[in-house]
Amino acid sequence: MHSVPLLTTDQMASFVARGFLRFEAAVPADINAQAMDELPLLFRAWLDEFRGASRPSAGGDDDEVPLPRSGTALDDAYPPDSALGRMVRVPVIAGAIASLVGPDPVVDHHFVHLKMAGDLNAQGLHCDAIIDDGVAFDIQLFWFPHDVAPREGGTRYVPGSHLRRVNMDDVARYQHLAGEQYHSGPAGTVVIFHHGLWHAGAPNHGERHRVLGKLRLNPTVPQVRLWDTSDVDHRNRADDHIWAKTDPAMVASELRRSEDWFEPSAHRLETVQRAQLWRYLTGDPSFDVDWYLTRTERRAALAAVATTR
Amino acid sequence: MNEHVRQQVLMLWLASPGLDGRVLGWSFFDGTNGDGPQPDADPPYPSGTAALVAGWRLLQMSQLVPPTPGHERETSFLKHEFVFERLVALEDPTRRGRQESPPAFPNA
Repeated sequence: MHSVPLLTTDQMASFVARGFLRFEAAVPADINAQAMDELPLLFRAWLDEFRGASRPSAGGDDDEVPLPRSGTALDDAYPPDSALGRMVRVPVIAGAIASLVGPDPVVDHHFVHLKMAGDLNAQGLHCDAIIDDGVAFDIQLFWFPHDVAPREGGTRYVPGSHLRRVNMDDVARYQHLAGEQYHSGPAGTVVIFHHGLWHAGAPNHGERHRVLGKLRLNPTVPQVRLWDTSDVDHRNRADDHIWAKTDPAMVASELRRSEDWFEPSAHRLETVQRAQLWRYLTGDPSFDVDWYLTRTERRAALAAVATTR
Repeated sequence: MNEHVRQQVLMLWLASPGLDGRVLGWSFFDGTNGDGPQPDADPPYPSGTAALVAGWRLLQMSQLVPPTPGHERETSFLKHEFVFERLVALEDPTRRGRQESPPAFPNA
């Protein structure tokens, strides 16, 4: 029996289709306030730059928070009474983490991003790390511990970009994409990204600095049926596309979602990518969306039989 | 070339490989450094053809490249990229749009 609220099938399908989940004002105010004190201490090298964004620390070197090494179990990485330790234990956040990367994820790295008031530089669009191939995925938590109004430096991100094979800054050429989003929202909002989602720091036209705590987590178990799967089996049909009519109750209805910046031809390929990711998540090798995988796999099987005769 | 003329570059990514495709994304690179006319809508044009009508000159369009064998179903960059230019005469070349010559290397 889980003690935290796991994600629903609809939330998981949305994550697979769009590459993010948003939890608005999920973190309580006292933890957010604590974060505004502690996040700077996590990176002493950045502290001088940080002092303008949050209250200065009262002490000296004793305030330095030991940083978890990559590969540290999340449960051990941050003291339970620390800001990050408390944030990852907020039930709705803990439930999302458990649903996406399992019960025992490890810390890949964290970082504190500042966007100073009046900094109008638009960071180039990018994805983190390199081309991370394969269907298994990391998640990145973007925690905004204070209110972020529109145009106040909320992170830019591109829904549906997470499954495209690109490397780091190679997408910086795209200044405007239809349907892209700029984060804004109340304090304590956490947006969880698939590791491949394209994003960028945005200009801050406001009068207050924007603070963002980012935490990347790696799974340590196959990410198979980790969420509340009580409804998934009867919603997992691969044959719901009949005479151009589809069943909105099926998971496929979300996985065939398009984005405003998708070319129509790329949309079908994105659907295939999502179907393959959903096969991994459900452990169901026969799952499909709109028969794209099934018809080609069946033909390939026929050809394989013919060539072995 | 008139030394007071600067190039502006408009990149459009369209929904299909023809210039009449719908605009999905765009970027603007400004050799006038803000002194020339600026895009006034998002997107500035609904299609590549509309950019031509507005006076932009097509410089390049992406080639139609067959998929890499073994990776036919993968997606990556936007496929239908179109690069346009227009040349803008600066009204006052002494303003900030005027690109200063880089200083000579001190030890040169």
